[in-house]
Amino acid sequence: MKKKLISLICCLTLVILPAASFTGCKSDAQSDDTLIVLNYGKYIEADVLKQFEKDTGIKVKYEEYESVEDMYAKYKAGSINYDVICTSDYMIETLRNEGELIPIDYNSLEYYKNIDPEIIEASEAFDPNHKYTVPYFFGTVGILYNTKMVDEETVSSWNCLWDENYKNRVVMINSQRDAFMVPLKMKGYDINTRDKNELDEAFDMLCSQKGVAYAYLMDETYECMISEDAAMAVCYSGEAAMGMEYNENLAYTVPKEGGNLWIDSWFVPRTCKHYDAAMKWIDYMCQEDAATQNFEYVWYATPNLTVAQNEDEETLADETVFPTKETLERCDLFKAYDDETLDYTSELWKKLKAY
Amino acid sequence: MNNKMRTSFLAWPYALWVLICTIFPLFYILGYAITNDAGKLTFANLIVIADPVHLKSLWLSVQVAFITTVICLVMAYPVALILHNLKIRNKSFIVFLFILPMWMNFMLRILAWQNILSNNGILNNILSAVGLPTVHILYTKYAVILGMVYDFLPYMILPIYNALSKISDDVIEAASDLGANWWTTFTKVTLPLSKDGIISGIIMVFVPSLSSFVVSNLLGGGKVLLIGNVIEQEFTSARDWNTGSGLSIILMVFVLLSMGIMNKVDDSENGGMLL
Amino acid sequence: MTRLKKCTSRLYLGFIFLFLYAPILVLIVLSFNNSMSRTVWGGFTLQWYANLPTNDTIMTALGTTLRITLSSSILATILGTSAAIGIHRMKKRHAAIMLGATNIPLLNADIVTGISLMLLFTRFTSLGEFSVILAHIAFSVPYVIFNVLPRLQSMSDVCYEAALDLGATPVYAFYKVIWPEIVPGVLSGFLMALTMSLDDFTITYFTKGAGVNTLSTMLYTELRKGIQPELYALSTLLFLVAFAMLFIINYKGNDSKKEVTN
Repeated sequence: MKKKLISLICCLTLVILPAASFTGCKSDAQSDDTLIVLNYGKYIEADVLKQFEKDTGIKVKYEEYESVEDMYAKYKAGSINYDVICTSDYMIETLRNEGELIPIDYNSLEYYKNIDPEIIEASEAFDPNHKYTVPYFFGTVGILYNTKMVDEETVSSWNCLWDENYKNRVVMINSQRDAFMVPLKMKGYDINTRDKNELDEAFDMLCSQKGVAYAYLMDETYECMISEDAAMAVCYSGEAAMGMEYNENLAYTVPKEGGNLWIDSWFVPRTCKHYDAAMKWIDYMCQEDAATQNFEYVWYATPNLTVAQNEDEETLADETVFPTKETLERCDLFKAYDDETLDYTSELWKKLKAY
Repeated sequence: MNNKMRTSFLAWPYALWVLICTIFPLFYILGYAITNDAGKLTFANLIVIADPVHLKSLWLSVQVAFITTVICLVMAYPVALILHNLKIRNKSFIVFLFILPMWMNFMLRILAWQNILSNNGILNNILSAVGLPTVHILYTKYAVILGMVYDFLPYMILPIYNALSKISDDVIEAASDLGANWWTTFTKVTLPLSKDGIISGIIMVFVPSLSSFVVSNLLGGGKVLLIGNVIEQEFTSARDWNTGSGLSIILMVFVLLSMGIMNKVDDSENGGMLL
Repeated sequence: MTRLKKCTSRLYLGFIFLFLYAPILVLIVLSFNNSMSRTVWGGFTLQWYANLPTNDTIMTALGTTLRITLSSSILATILGTSAAIGIHRMKKRHAAIMLGATNIPLLNADIVTGISLMLLFTRFTSLGEFSVILAHIAFSVPYVIFNVLPRLQSMSDVCYEAALDLGATPVYAFYKVIWPEIVPGVLSGFLMALTMSLDDFTITYFTKGAGVNTLSTMLYTELRKGIQPELYALSTLLFLVAFAMLFIINYKGNDSKKEVTN
């Protein structure tokens, strides 16, 4: 009986598995008028997406991810053939080094001229000669603080994050690169350092900071600040702008030691099956209307020059949204780590979390 | 015996299913666990558990899972007992009230706990209104335990309640007829007869709390690193599927070992069956 | 004495219910909160309920969730019930092997199950809504089996065999003798499968294809920039519907039970 059962199962497996893989191959073929987009969560105005589908007749399969690392994991899993992806600077560099990018045909982009040449120039840090990317949004990392609990003087240096007076009132950023950036900047080291001694030093400082930290957060930072659960938080400028909308006591600053400037850009990965549609998508994102709508939804600094014409003075003068020249000079872009440094910092990050 | 053979064919589709969707994927994981990036055979991914960070988080996970299980058991048994003894007609209705919360998305419910437990949260507002000192509980290991107890309590209540409802009233009556008081009846009759339920309850709570990572992500504020978080990070941010698979295999072995111990305690013929 | 006992037990039940329902109360309150933030009270509003039907992303996710949940739990119940009956009739050694294999999804970390299934699906088929349904069946079948099997084990074979001896066909005997005994198990197994599927995030996250979003996975990406308050409204509605359904089922169930007991 047992033998019969086993042999039956084996036979069935032999029949079904190839059949399943065969049907799998068939369903892989996709029609030309679809586009698979991968973007950060809530990084586009829903109406822009709808309008794009209406205007171009292209059906968009829109996927979202939470963190840069999630994006990489999703992409590398290879289970979905993405056509166009938006992600941050150093991850684009990593993917470029791995040969995962396809050059963009800038000539086919009618509205690419709307993009600020300065940001394009800054993008050269991760996309030399600018072949693969079109900037989407940019911003800084700094401190969002509650003016009722903390004065401006205190937050002028990253030192305040170690202040025992604010024990359990400080939110640290829950992102490996950004968290290490803080002590590295304080010590005056390069934020892209590969020197293990410098990284170790930064690690020790972060360990001592853990005792003061209320939590390591990313997404919930602004909620935490609005409700005044915490006095200050390391966060992205967009999160800060969002928090300030709800609570007038909040303010944002990039400490004097400087911070991180990041640029999120569109690129076309090797898995792209609908190149023309992808170009249409990127071009659409550069259009004045779409860019303005997206800006008013996302609230990060836009590299699109036409948007400025539609915004009032007050918005344009908002230093949280649009970092000043001086602030930008203090900020550096992340560069991709080599494998060894990546492993080493990941190990340190894990140690910090378990500390 | 003859008809035994006849209906066992009903399990064949399932046997096939198990083979494809359970056993086969496990070999995938095992394959990753015993190879490195280059596909060479190695045991490094299994030995990596000896890394102090991993041992520490495994130990923390065991502690958290253990405390969660004990609290759940202590909270759930009286509930099951009370429900069982309830002299009202719509008992099943009350039982479903315990499952009903699960119909609201689990992540939303855990987020709601953030609102309750945070520094300026509902709980602290109530405490200070009553004049009691406020507590700092959100983003500590206690918040994680609370979240897990909250999440897994129904898994403890239901099997125990099921086991209790299988005990026939005659047995209880017989015990009291023979002069046993409430306590003796409970320890000598009710408790031993509900042992199956307790054991499956323990398993149903202990196992998921050992490997959970979402609760600790949301209520631990990134300060509580459980083994589930380590595995999740290996698969996502660290992009090291080999190490992640190795640790998963270790976790599986760990779970199986504790099951083995539980089964030693459990001498019933249903050994090896959960729920 | 008994009164005191009754009082304390009522009190205790009340405490447990408060514990289980406190977050739900919070969410219901949030669904009327006129603010995009979940930590500030911006006044009472019904706008999230009003916006709900026109919010495409949420309605699509709801549709996907319902399709996945219903089809996976129905299929899992059919597969699991027949498996339980088959396993019950198996030789002890075979049954032990089958049960051991059935335990695997319960014992494995969700993330391991999710990733291993993703590896399987990407190899042999493509990811989409269908792969999520398969994955959901995979992790919910054990719940059905373990709800049905005890029912089978606790009933004696005598009745079934007697029915056969008296000339009933196996199918008829099954329908008349075994089925009524296991129905509660099948139902609770189905309900558990339904609940697990509705509540799952991890496995769905790894096995879903592009553009497929259930409420859980949508929520996860929403965490980044704040949750659309419409989601609180939707959850409240879903919860109330489930509550109402339970109430009705219970009410009807009571009527028929009364007849039996009288």
